Amino acid sequence: MEYLQQILFLITLGIASFILYKRIARIRSNIMLGKDIDLNNHKSQRLNNMLLIAFGQKKMFKRPVPAFLHFLIYFGFLVINLEVLEFVIDGLTGHHRIFAPLLGGLYPVLMNIFEFLAVAVLISCVIFLIRRNVIKVKRFHAREMTSWPTLDANLILIIEIVLMLAILTMNASDQLLQLKNDHYPDTGHLFFSSFLIPLFDGMSEGTLVFIERFAWWFHIVGILGFAVYITFSKHLHIFLAFPNTYYGDVTPKGEMRNMDAVTNEVNMMLGIQTEQPAEAPAEIARFGAKDVNDLTWKNVMNAYACTECGRCTSECPANQTGKLLSPRKIMMDTRDRAEEVGKSLAKGGKGLEDGKSLLGDYITKEEINACTSCNACVEACPISINPLEIILEMRRYVAMEESGSPASWNSMFQNIETNFAPWKFAPTDRFKWAEEFKED
Amino acid sequence: MSEYKVPTMAEMASAGESPEILFWVGCAGSFDDRYKNVTRAFIKILNKVGISFAVLGEEETCTGDPARRAGNEFLFQMQAVANIQTLNGYNVKKVVTACPHCFNTIKNEYPALGGNYEVMHHSSFLQQLINEGKVSLKGGGTFKGKKITYHDSCYLGRANNIYEAPRQVLEAIDAELVEMKRCRTKGFCCGAGGAQMFKDAEKGKKEVNIERTEEALNTGANTIAVACPFCMTMMSDGVKNKEKEAEVKVKDLAELIAESEGL
Ligand code: SF4
Ligand code: SF4
Repeated sequence: MEYLQQILFLITLGIASFILYKRIARIRSNIMLGKDIDLNNHKSQRLNNMLLIAFGQKKMFKRPVPAFLHFLIYFGFLVINLEVLEFVIDGLTGHHRIFAPLLGGLYPVLMNIFEFLAVAVLISCVIFLIRRNVIKVKRFHAREMTSWPTLDANLILIIEIVLMLAILTMNASDQLLQLKNDHYPDTGHLFFSSFLIPLFDGMSEGTLVFIERFAWWFHIVGILGFAVYITFSKHLHIFLAFPNTYYGDVTPKGEMRNMDAVTNEVNMMLGIQTEQPAEAPAEIARFGAKDVNDLTWKNVMNAYACTECGRCTSECPANQTGKLLSPRKIMMDTRDRAEEVGKSLAKGGKGLEDGKSLLGDYITKEEINACTSCNACVEACPISINPLEIILEMRRYVAMEESGSPASWNSMFQNIETNFAPWKFAPTDRFKWAEEFKED
Repeated sequence: MSEYKVPTMAEMASAGESPEILFWVGCAGSFDDRYKNVTRAFIKILNKVGISFAVLGEEETCTGDPARRAGNEFLFQMQAVANIQTLNGYNVKKVVTACPHCFNTIKNEYPALGGNYEVMHHSSFLQQLINEGKVSLKGGGTFKGKKITYHDSCYLGRANNIYEAPRQVLEAIDAELVEMKRCRTKGFCCGAGGAQMFKDAEKGKKEVNIERTEEALNTGANTIAVACPFCMTMMSDGVKNKEKEAEVKVKDLAELIAESEGL
């Protein structure tokens, strides 16, 4: 009987780890549906970007109020995880607060800091819930914010609140037990949880032990469950923000990636000799993107990292003037499609060959055609996501594989081909503007 | 003969000379009636400061930017490679252009295809001339104390991080610069980029340029300064739509400088 709790804990931890492992492997393979792209250059700049943007939350501070609250949650999350370490060791060894005797006088200080952060997280989450559901901040409500994204956002906040309450409950009952039983090491006076002590005062030792154990299990199982939940949620950004900012763009925002396959063909057509040996192209790649596998793994990782915060969409000129385009939706669609394909493949299903595609079934031409390539979305994203790249890749597919661009674009193409200008002017008139200077 | 010269690269080359800079005029600068005035204003400034420059004239063709943004990578690369051959043929080292789209493409996208030049947008170039004292503006000139608002072009600002040069040019003409609510990194597109210039907008509740023009008019400025041919068209159309063309003028930085220099 003595080891029952430890065995139970080991099993719980094992199950959670296994599910997590499976889920991470799945997400990894979904991301790898994307084409390979070499982003191993500019290492120090990338590291710098990651430290500033993900670790230092630099871009969040463009909107100070949510930035501050978000920072509390973020920082609280980082620090409270240290406490989880103690939970895990206690759980496996059967100790109670194993760090208490080791840290001595420091332990109560740490516990008070944890409690302070727990309360800060709690309050921030409550304010965020109010912002979303009562004040109804506009960017959280849009066409793509259907029931699941809305529920997901609320669930995360509620789970965090409940987890924080569990810590405080545990500490409160623990403090009472310390007075009655030597098994419970002295934590000193814990400021925030002691406000809860009156709730439990006068309860029998057995009841208190039950409450303390219940809160302990609730917290750790909650955390493990939450970790699994995160992998299905936009909350995945807490991990993916780091690689995402590391692999974010280091080139000027205006630059479109060159299509080397096209360069080869153009050079061949124009009879230009290139230094590269004329090796046959490996496979006839599709021009541009129709489905997730035509995007790069970075694009797909972007999609999994997206927080659905809608900062991109709220800055998008097309969206603000009522067009269908929403860069956030582009990212959410990309993730949903990658999930769909991954799920199908794992079941031995058709995967990409299911008769559907990202462009067409998720994202429409009307959406991608509305983009002005203004880069407002790219600038706005707090974790260096680039929705524009996906839009432009889809335009490439439509133009080059389908010849399905809007008619006026097709005539623009024709003008450039025949008149070397997007308008229908004779190339010989190109220098007419200078006549004023020449004639006088 | 006019006091202003417009030498072409071909003329220069046959005289065995090579200019310090190539002025890349761009399609709008060559064909758009309104924007041709900007081209001429810039030519006057170049003549005035006495820098050695040339244009390609009829040898210039579209950089391919609108084709690329609309998805036609083939057409873009055909244009780019042809232009690069011309530029490399003349051994061009430095390119200055008034069009942020040409600027972005030649600067950022031509290198991958073998075109490596020092590329400047005319706003940075003008700022440099002012800093060097080569353009000396009449103190208390035409624009002294007049309210001007500057519309950030996406392809200068967010695309290439050029936010201050155009503003410094405006400060130099002694105007009172009033910012719109959405400016710099948060600037609002005129609605023409990404090849939108060449097709009707998708269905929505408003045109992007109307939204932006309203914001510009709300500043109370009587001049809207722009640094891009597309922004020029979109903002001018917006002002016309609001029937404000009598009071509010849309002007390019080069025009403002040329005017305040009395050129
Ligand atoms: S780049 Fe396109 S999607 Fe992004 S904000 Fe601009 S118009 Fe919207
Ligand atoms: S792409 Fe970036 S800005 Fe847009 S919703 Fe996702 S995380 Fe937010």
